[in-house]
Amino acid sequence: MGSVDTLTPVLTKDWGTDRSWTLPVYESRGGYASLKKALTMAQDDIIAAVKDSGLRGRGGAGFPTGMKWSFIPQDNPKPKYLVVNADESEPGTCKDTPLMMASPHLLVEGVIISSFAIRANTAFIYIRGEILHVIRRVQAAVAEAYAAGHLGKNIHGSGYDLDVVVHAGAGAYICGEETALLEGLEGRRGQPRLRPPFPAVAGLYASPTVINNVESIASVPSIIEHGAEWFSAMGTEKSKGYGIFSLSGHVTNPGQYEAPLGITLRELVDLSGGIRAGHQLKFWTPGGSSTPLLTDEHLDLPLDFEGMADAGTMLGTRAIQLFDETTCVVRAVLRWTEFYKHESCGKCTPCREGTWWLVQTLAAIEQGKGQESDLDLLLDQCDNILGRSFCALGDGATSPISSSIKYFRDEYLAHLTHGGCPLDPAASTVWASSLTRSGA
Amino acid sequence: MTTTPEKAAAPVETVTVTIDGVQVDVAKDTLVIRAAEQIGVQIPRFCDHPLLAPAGACRQCLVEVPDAGNGRGFPKPQASCTLPVADGMVVNTQATSEVADKAQQGVMEFLLINHPLDCPVCDKGGECPLQNQAMSNGRGESRFVASGSGGVKRTFPKPINLSPQVLLDRERCIVCQRCTRFAEEIPGDPFIALVERGAQQQIGIAPDAPFLSYFAGNTIQICPVGALTSESYRFRSRPFDLVSSPAVAEHDACGSAIRVDHRRGKVMRRLAGNDPEVNEEWITDKDRFAFTYAVETDRLTYPQVRDADGVLRPASWPEAFTVAAEGLAAARKAGGVGVLTGGRLTGEDAYAYSKFARVALGTNDIDFRARPHSAEEAEFLAAHVVATGPEGGAVTYTDLESAASVVLVGFEPEDEAGAIFLRLRKAALHHHTRVLGIAPYTTRGLAKTHGTLLPTAPGDEPATLATLHDHAAHGIDSTSVILVGERLATVPGALSAVAALAATSGARMAWVPRRAGDRGALETGCLPTLLPGGRPVDDPQARVDAATAWGVDSLPEAAGRDGDAIVAALGAGELAGVVIGGVDPADTTDPAATMAALEQAAFVVALDLRASDVTRMADVVFPVAPVVDKAGTYVNWEGRPRTFEAVLGSPSSLPDLRVLAGIAEELGAPLGFRTVAEVWSQMEDMGPWDGPRATMTPVPPAPSDFDADGLVLSSWKQLLDQGTMQDGDKHLAATARPAIARVTRTLFEAVGPTVTLTGDRGSITLPAEPVDDMVDGVVWVPQNSSGLGVLTDLALPGSRVTISGGNA
Repeated sequence: MGSVDTLTPVLTKDWGTDRSWTLPVYESRGGYASLKKALTMAQDDIIAAVKDSGLRGRGGAGFPTGMKWSFIPQDNPKPKYLVVNADESEPGTCKDTPLMMASPHLLVEGVIISSFAIRANTAFIYIRGEILHVIRRVQAAVAEAYAAGHLGKNIHGSGYDLDVVVHAGAGAYICGEETALLEGLEGRRGQPRLRPPFPAVAGLYASPTVINNVESIASVPSIIEHGAEWFSAMGTEKSKGYGIFSLSGHVTNPGQYEAPLGITLRELVDLSGGIRAGHQLKFWTPGGSSTPLLTDEHLDLPLDFEGMADAGTMLGTRAIQLFDETTCVVRAVLRWTEFYKHESCGKCTPCREGTWWLVQTLAAIEQGKGQESDLDLLLDQCDNILGRSFCALGDGATSPISSSIKYFRDEYLAHLTHGGCPLDPAASTVWASSLTRSGA
Repeated sequence: MTTTPEKAAAPVETVTVTIDGVQVDVAKDTLVIRAAEQIGVQIPRFCDHPLLAPAGACRQCLVEVPDAGNGRGFPKPQASCTLPVADGMVVNTQATSEVADKAQQGVMEFLLINHPLDCPVCDKGGECPLQNQAMSNGRGESRFVASGSGGVKRTFPKPINLSPQVLLDRERCIVCQRCTRFAEEIPGDPFIALVERGAQQQIGIAPDAPFLSYFAGNTIQICPVGALTSESYRFRSRPFDLVSSPAVAEHDACGSAIRVDHRRGKVMRRLAGNDPEVNEEWITDKDRFAFTYAVETDRLTYPQVRDADGVLRPASWPEAFTVAAEGLAAARKAGGVGVLTGGRLTGEDAYAYSKFARVALGTNDIDFRARPHSAEEAEFLAAHVVATGPEGGAVTYTDLESAASVVLVGFEPEDEAGAIFLRLRKAALHHHTRVLGIAPYTTRGLAKTHGTLLPTAPGDEPATLATLHDHAAHGIDSTSVILVGERLATVPGALSAVAALAATSGARMAWVPRRAGDRGALETGCLPTLLPGGRPVDDPQARVDAATAWGVDSLPEAAGRDGDAIVAALGAGELAGVVIGGVDPADTTDPAATMAALEQAAFVVALDLRASDVTRMADVVFPVAPVVDKAGTYVNWEGRPRTFEAVLGSPSSLPDLRVLAGIAEELGAPLGFRTVAEVWSQMEDMGPWDGPRATMTPVPPAPSDFDADGLVLSSWKQLLDQGTMQDGDKHLAATARPAIARVTRTLFEAVGPTVTLTGDRGSITLPAEPVDDMVDGVVWVPQNSSGLGVLTDLALPGSRVTISGGNA
């Protein structure tokens, strides 16, 4: 296991630099050197380097990036495409957005190297439509890159052409699902596609397509610059490298902490100044609301793919939302479930109808209505959604419910005996202390 | 070369799978849901439809797959409607797997939480896959109502119109997408689509684009719930009160299988039948909704004879037979009697007219072509069409799918033969068949079959056909099929050019008339030059053969007059009488001349379903049975006999053949039959002609008149128009395409949005629409969508008309 007691700023190293998003600043700090190096390399060697580095997809699923690239059939006469999934919408997840705000050129450089490796001459960056400021940043960076000759025809005399299209999504969580993203990118209704065929064979415009997360692609320049061994020296045996951990909620200093995979939550909480003063950690999500939540029992588990799987959850997007003992877990889970209901695309029955029902059952419990048997009903509803829906959105919707009932069944029951939430909802807010002082 | 290319496919590769412990061999790539059917296990399903691409949306068909054929199982239940079998695969359905059963019950419970459960007032109740499968694969009591503080259903305002005919009840919809997938995949009319998301997801239309597809009604039939209903049938009956009878659609020459649902002697609705060889499971909206014409108030129910005072009065059947026989005998003496039949005849009825003309009237003056026609066409039909069929290697629907290219000439399948259109689209999309349309512009139908336009003004078809063989880009060879429409009869030399192209290239050809009865009338000899079974009138052997079969000494030798000649002879007094059955004068070459001929004729016997201009001029009027009241056979364009039984039994509703038999008996020339079965047996005894076929003398094309003034008139009938067999369903009528004149963009810009066309028969004023690839010098109008129809109001298609902007 690599060192886990220090931060490893690679993706975030420029974030504090003045005007870090501009090309001159990025280049002054070594930017686009990896591109120039990559253009001298054999394309298969780049794929091999990414494979050897052990980089696994940073969008949540953790599929080995280099292997995904090698699935692209190079004998297919159709054009190949790289699509960057920047539709970051998972509740709690906020790593790609600041990365694109602060270091858009890092992403662009990664896009160029990756596209070069898979022989794509067109790449798309699909950015969540709501984050307009980020879209403008990335558009500006792409324009700068064109002007500097990093993009366009015959990039730096290499004979390699690449066009990058920045595409704004229309505001749907489901478009973070890669095939729904492709549908949206093609101008259709954002709903997941039947697989097979997989995108590597017939993706965008029925052509071979690689879809990677922003952070995965942004990690590529450093792998080219420092080598696969440098990257794989960090992290744990099967979860190599570094990643951005986004801490939010009841911690003293919420924010992005870039560290090797395998760091523990205890270490991260320490780095962020501890849980909100005077309070204790109650529960947390390791990787966004779709990953089953954990409690203070799990503070010392390694935050890597295997460690989280062993605990019955997933590393996901490393969107760590922390909640202290003032938070009503039922209320939090209800909010998440309302989100899934709102975002269900409607294609398949379990997710469309199931989320509609889950919200009603949960809301009743939260208000102290319903009966104890509703908890078993909730779990049974989750059982009928999990693994039965068309895509993973339905699965994700069940995670907070089943995991919270597992750890906090008594708190659910307390709502029923108390005739409503036994906790003071105001106590979990950031202004709770002022409310107390004013006697409200 | 008439063998079907690529017919002898390699033997089907099979794989062995184990479903619920039963080993079964199924074709490779079979979906698990259908493999299970082969061992008798029905997996519940909604979005799955065998003729649509898999969707996997409803999740009702989940099964457990402990072994995918590679020794590893799937961790989650799999949708059996999207999973192809693999060799060695093990599948456990709800019959043997608790996991699968629970998954299915769970999905069913979800489907019902937002469903209104209004089965008692829902049209689908009693034949509803949701209702049935909720019984077989769901729980008896809903947990939704008792959960939390009581389940609240998502509601919508009650039905909205997707089109004037199709209604959508969004509460009942389970968004399986069968309708949207049908609209996009099968006819290529994606006017309906999913809108909104989550539980609010619904089927919708764009504000300015209703679901105006000729095939929209199919969505109602394949809807697995009661979400889609028709204005025509909504709330009119319960499925369990209906009697269903198989039948054949009477509106075109496709021979589409239909199902007629009736209650207490009244047809309530019609559905598509399932005939994979013919119409698969689809029919046009005309076939589905146009049946109320038979119960219009002007339906004839008793015979009538014209009194000395000139007034038609009711008469008994025996009296009418006697009066008709006396009048016809007199007319025969006074010059002769001609026989004109229309397109609604069954083969049996047509046979009766054919035999009646020869045996009872002693004439070959008979013609079924109640439309513009030609001698060249009669020769073409006798030489190349009559007495061919699928068993003899004639072109079939299936052949369209294996053909490398299909040429359409004088033929617009979407308007004139819907089942062919759908099959051509399937061929183009899934079998790479190239469709080549010889027409003046790219029609919507041609575009939807991804066809290539060979731009041709009416009259220039022979020239275009002549270029096709050895054409570099779209050469026609033995893997090609030429589909010839009946309209081509009016272009001199065109049918000769088709025959020549087929002969030189080896391409196969098929003739596609518009009407259901036309091919049967051809087969039974309702032509001046043909006797039944393709026996040429001018072949003494054939005449002897027919005379022997009919037990008469001889048959008239002289070739008869065709339809136009009969009209002319009546007008000139050369013929004194006419027997006319089911002819609308407005359809004939010259409607005014036809009306004048009927006026002029000394004696007119009319057999018809409803009162018309013809029956009002007749001396004796016989009511005849609509197709729903009689058994019979249509011969479709393939030459495939499509036999059906009577749907409704109405003893007072007699087929044409019974009427003709009655008159013939009074004439002292009995036809030897009184029933459909007796006719059928006579036709079987007679069989097709086994002597030499008639031959065709090629006709040269008419010289082009490039310098003539005005525009060449292109016209055909749209699927839905003013045809009398569409009477009675205003909702259907409202889905018809409007009457517009199509012109070149240049001309449109010159004459504006409203144009007046003037021909030798009059003027019509229509809205105009520019068409980018319209051939210069051509204007297109629908033949029977406005006024009294183009033949009456304007001019003969192919002739010249002038155009001016605005109202005349």
